[in-house]
Amino acid sequence: MSDTKFILGLFDDPDVMMHGIDKLQKNSVPIYDVYTPMPIHGIDDKLGIKPSRLGYAAFMFGCLGGTTIFSLVYYFLVHDWPMDIGGKPAFAVPDFIPATFEWTVLFTAFGMTFTFFFATHLFPGRAPRVMDFRATDDRFVIAIDAKGNIPHADITNILKEAGAVEIKHNDRKYVSYE
Amino acid sequence: MASHNESILREPLITGKDITYAKITADVLHPVENPPTKAWWIGFIVSAIVACLWVFAVSWTFWFGIGSWGLNKTVGWAWDITGFVWWVGIGHAGTLISAILLLFRQNWRNSINRSAEAMTIFAVICAATYIVAHMGRPWMAVYSLPLPNQYGSLWVNFNSPLIWDVFAISTYFSVSLVFWYTGLLPDFASIRDRATGLRRRIYSICSFGWTGSVKTWQRFETVSLILAGVSTPLVLSVHTIVSMDFATSLEPGWHTTIFPPYFVAGAIFSGFAMVQTLLLVTRKVLGLENYITMFHIESMNKIILLTGSIVGVAYLTEFFIAYYSGGEYEQYTFLNRFTGPYWWAGCMMYGCNVLMTQMMWFKKVRTNIPISWILSIVVNIGMWFERFVIIVTSLHRDFIPSSWAMFYPTWIDMSVFIGSIGVFFTLFLLFIRFFPSIAMAEVKLLLKSSSEQAKKKLIDGGHVDPSHAEFYKESLTKFDSVELSDYEKV
Repeated sequence: MSDTKFILGLFDDPDVMMHGIDKLQKNSVPIYDVYTPMPIHGIDDKLGIKPSRLGYAAFMFGCLGGTTIFSLVYYFLVHDWPMDIGGKPAFAVPDFIPATFEWTVLFTAFGMTFTFFFATHLFPGRAPRVMDFRATDDRFVIAIDAKGNIPHADITNILKEAGAVEIKHNDRKYVSYE
Repeated sequence: MASHNESILREPLITGKDITYAKITADVLHPVENPPTKAWWIGFIVSAIVACLWVFAVSWTFWFGIGSWGLNKTVGWAWDITGFVWWVGIGHAGTLISAILLLFRQNWRNSINRSAEAMTIFAVICAATYIVAHMGRPWMAVYSLPLPNQYGSLWVNFNSPLIWDVFAISTYFSVSLVFWYTGLLPDFASIRDRATGLRRRIYSICSFGWTGSVKTWQRFETVSLILAGVSTPLVLSVHTIVSMDFATSLEPGWHTTIFPPYFVAGAIFSGFAMVQTLLLVTRKVLGLENYITMFHIESMNKIILLTGSIVGVAYLTEFFIAYYSGGEYEQYTFLNRFTGPYWWAGCMMYGCNVLMTQMMWFKKVRTNIPISWILSIVVNIGMWFERFVIIVTSLHRDFIPSSWAMFYPTWIDMSVFIGSIGVFFTLFLLFIRFFPSIAMAEVKLLLKSSSEQAKKKLIDGGHVDPSHAEFYKESLTKFDSVELSDYEKV
């Protein structure tokens, strides 16, 4: 058996690559992942990736932010130290709206973005797991786990027929590791 | 989506022949991957010197106190708050381009959003420095935060617009930063994968390990959309709250309900003018004419015309309401803008903002680069004077004539302002040197549908109605980056 760990099909056109995915799937070749320099709509459906649930996280963080600051302001201005401003009520809800709104947005943005970073393992200093260096430039890369997917020549042929400009048999999973 | 053919009637968003994905990367990263040009060095050195003036003037202010500014008992706010509102307003265009135009699916935002957002962040930094500087004792900034303290605890007053402003500006800055940085991740990864050695390591840290896998892109798009959704009301709230710093007071000229929409329109107006000022130079110096095209320039000019006209209507409304209110202090304030000692500031405000921008009704003006550039500077000047008129002209003669006074800026006032422009340009020049100044991933999305070459292929293939093709060719004549001779035969 060869040392090949991953077979990469490199395409120079997103539409051709989409047909490549169809072709591989028709031949029951499981796709490990696809790396593209820009978001391609529709791949997630083909690969069976479920819609993101980040929207729910964003909503929950927003609720948390709004509740937090409103409760704090209530504690400050109504409970802990109510001020007499011309006899007006201390619980002046309209005045609390701007701060409540701002923290709703603040918590939504930060909470959701950090959830995204956490869920997709993005953080400063993370070693990039790159399979092909041109995947962030001008190549649309379909990666196929070589283990169990034999014969490799058939996969190579499918990719070639689908219009891949280059096919790589990598014996390392990630080329970015030194 | 990439296989989608766009209507031939729409003008191209990317011009030029033989543009490939690789060429987009190479063109955008050219200034990042090569030693800076002479023009960059000259610009950077001049800006850095001016930024040093800012450091000096602000240090002087902190050492000797606010007394070194030209403020007095009557005019307690002048160049500081003028500069603050001016910078915050300028910042608004970046969020408008990146968030509101994203929600409206305006694809032309893709090539200008990155630099506009960077401009937002730098402008808000300049605005924030004014807040800190005008405190005189910057360490007192801690008392604007609701933190437990030894006075009781005595909390900050959430009934005050100034506290709302603290929340608005800090949220606006941090959310803009997150939005901008998240968008930068894929482009940092592009730089990383093309670099070697130390550069690779640095950009590797900046890219957070981005790979461009299907799942990250799908999540990324969700995050961008939701961030755009929350940033849109945020950006509108920020200048609304800034306007409430004035509108909730009893000062004639400030105490008006039109302020929030009027300030928001003015902010977008001045922001787009600053984007225009920067991009017209940037596209030329960095050779990005194929990505920031005449269509982008004209679109921005149209927004400047629209918002300038909204501002004009707001000015007229203010005058009418002052007359119709019957309040003599209010009426005097507005007459004083033309007949008082600051008549020249009033003329700059109304002349630059309303009269000059009306020239943009003419297509010849909108598509002329030097005139557009000069007009964008005129708008920047006009909007500075708008804030000066609102703040100083209202304050210097309000209720009691015995306390009327004039405001004369000192050289420290002027140095802080000029210096802040230096800080802004220093940051912007560092940005175009080290960061991808165009969102490459987003521009690549447009290549197969909205580029000139894709549309030319449609025409050459004979797939379009000849009258539509004729209309399209007609629209190309305004572009400075299109080779018109290519279209003569087809």
